[in-house]
Amino acid sequence: MVEQFPIIIIIAPLFGAILIALLGFRFQSLCLPAVVGSLAISLAAAVGAFLKVLEQGTVLYNLSGWERVTTPRGLFSVSIEYRIDAISGLVLMVIAAVGLLNAIYSKVSVTTETPNKVPHYYILYLLLVAGLAGMTITNDAFNLYVLLEISSLTSYALIAIGSRRAVLASFNYVIMGTIGASFYLLGVGYLYIKTGTLNMTDIHSSLATIPKDSASIQVALILILIGLWIKMAFFPLHGWLPNAYAYSPTATGTLMGPLVTKVMIYIMIRMMLSVFGTEYVFDHLQWTNIVVGLSVVAIVAGSLFALSRSDLRKMLTYLIVAEVGYMVGGAWLANSMGMTGAIYHILSDAMMTFTLFMVIGIVITRTGETQLTAFQGLFRKMPITMVGFTIAALSMIGLPPTCGFFSKYYLVRGGIEAGQWAYVSALLFSSLINAVIFFRLIEMAYFHGGKAYGEEITDKDHEHHRSRGKDLDAEPDGTLEKVPCSMLAPMLIAAASLLAIGILNRPIAGWINAALETLNLAQGG
Amino acid sequence: MDFFYQTFIAKFNYWIYVILMMIGLFAMIAKNNLIKKLVGMCIFQTAIILFYVSIGVKQDARIPILTKDEVPHGGHYTTEHHDGHKDHKADQERPYIDAKTITNPIPHVLMLTAIVVGVSTLGVALAIAQKVHLHYGSLEEDEILAKIPLGNDG
Repeated sequence: MVEQFPIIIIIAPLFGAILIALLGFRFQSLCLPAVVGSLAISLAAAVGAFLKVLEQGTVLYNLSGWERVTTPRGLFSVSIEYRIDAISGLVLMVIAAVGLLNAIYSKVSVTTETPNKVPHYYILYLLLVAGLAGMTITNDAFNLYVLLEISSLTSYALIAIGSRRAVLASFNYVIMGTIGASFYLLGVGYLYIKTGTLNMTDIHSSLATIPKDSASIQVALILILIGLWIKMAFFPLHGWLPNAYAYSPTATGTLMGPLVTKVMIYIMIRMMLSVFGTEYVFDHLQWTNIVVGLSVVAIVAGSLFALSRSDLRKMLTYLIVAEVGYMVGGAWLANSMGMTGAIYHILSDAMMTFTLFMVIGIVITRTGETQLTAFQGLFRKMPITMVGFTIAALSMIGLPPTCGFFSKYYLVRGGIEAGQWAYVSALLFSSLINAVIFFRLIEMAYFHGGKAYGEEITDKDHEHHRSRGKDLDAEPDGTLEKVPCSMLAPMLIAAASLLAIGILNRPIAGWINAALETLNLAQGG
Repeated sequence: MDFFYQTFIAKFNYWIYVILMMIGLFAMIAKNNLIKKLVGMCIFQTAIILFYVSIGVKQDARIPILTKDEVPHGGHYTTEHHDGHKDHKADQERPYIDAKTITNPIPHVLMLTAIVVGVSTLGVALAIAQKVHLHYGSLEEDEILAKIPLGNDG
């Protein structure tokens, strides 16, 4: 059983999706339990696999049991291989946990926003989680492309299921996403020409025998990087993201916002470390300054765009663009401290944005407003939601003991070690902007809002608002009992995990560092 | 002339895929009509499929199916052995097959998957385009953008 954990992580949501496709249309009440059940199995398997990795090192799993074969050139993989090390184990746990918590959170929003499409929604939801987990776990470059397309196709549909504006955003995402995935596929083609294999470990060992100044390899790296940068919304290529996430249904935004971009960053790190290898990417090519420079632009531009938006979800999406800059820059600092920071930030940023998306989802549902002013006086009306919001906001700003502080600490230390002062100052600048954005909201929630609850809604024209949260009473009350428990509980668990990841920063960074050492990036740890 | 041969004729498959890909990319980015964008997307994906198919081809090679008398031991190649001695004997009995005479099937098989992916992408995209038409009554990008209130974008 234990050795089957890697495949169970993927199989559980896939079978859940099939189960809903078979039975969900007839028994709609079965959908959510099937989603929660299969994702709980997936999470348990991910935790089990991670514990096994801690015990005995990297876990390899050959699909259909095809072992590696011996050839004159050495051991050679003939089947699709799954590979879990400490880093992908952590990412897998985050994916399964966010999927599970968000499934519970989605109970109310899915039935109110897309009432006649509940089974459709949950089938796509499970396939998206399976695709994301599969991308993280697979060790096969072409299998990664297929899973990338599985997760992209489902996310196009999950966005387009929403409002009228979301459909157009989804169409733009289809175009951009296809360009990104095709570039990745093309890059894999060049690698295949040079190495004759698709297994990432084998590609890496074959590349060691090829002269380093081969133009094909360089083209392959460029194509793969551009493809992944489009998919992760790295600044000049971020155009599809804000509209797609901001206009999508609530539960889609809370699932995709935290996960999709982070998984893409993990894959970029995977490509750099275990396919092309650090000695090629960092020592041979010397592109560190260029990419870190791009990430500086991404951080500054993302932060400024976020500051200028008054729509809550738009603001969050631009914060994601800035955070992508943090991680790309950290990964390209070419030292283990920066890489540790980037990977640690994948975990903490996934949980931070997840918490924020959930809080804002609750606020928008309860107040019916999508603008920053929705926060007026919320500490009085929704004290528990605001506790979660405050923790997430402090984490985004980077105050201890939340995880946001520690990831920024590692990233800044990595930047100082590498002498990338522009990157360090961009990080600090972005933290300041985050402080402005979030303290403004906290201030509004604490001190403003003498007005009664119902008045603000009638003031605003409804065209800019989403058609939800219309069932409000005019009386300003504790509203706590009105926020359903299925929305509050996942949000509070996610907020608590921010503190937990922050307090456990030493062991987590230790695991990441140990995994990096096996991948040849252990100078000056 | 030699340069011309080396750069263009000998590598014509790469040139064709690059030209097709650029046509597709141009249509995806520059065309105003959403369906024309999708046609561009199709050309773009087909160019990559052509690229993969062309890298599996070898000159004067045959299809990767072995005839009956080429296959040793009644039908399978055993590649993993616990007994090294036996392995050596088996290798001697095995007829020599030159990999150069057989086309590489793997890129072609990969492209079967990629074609399926391309078809499903096109299907999802067409469904979304249909929904765009339903909501905005048009498939021209500028007409659609004109219907979105200012300040609600970007």
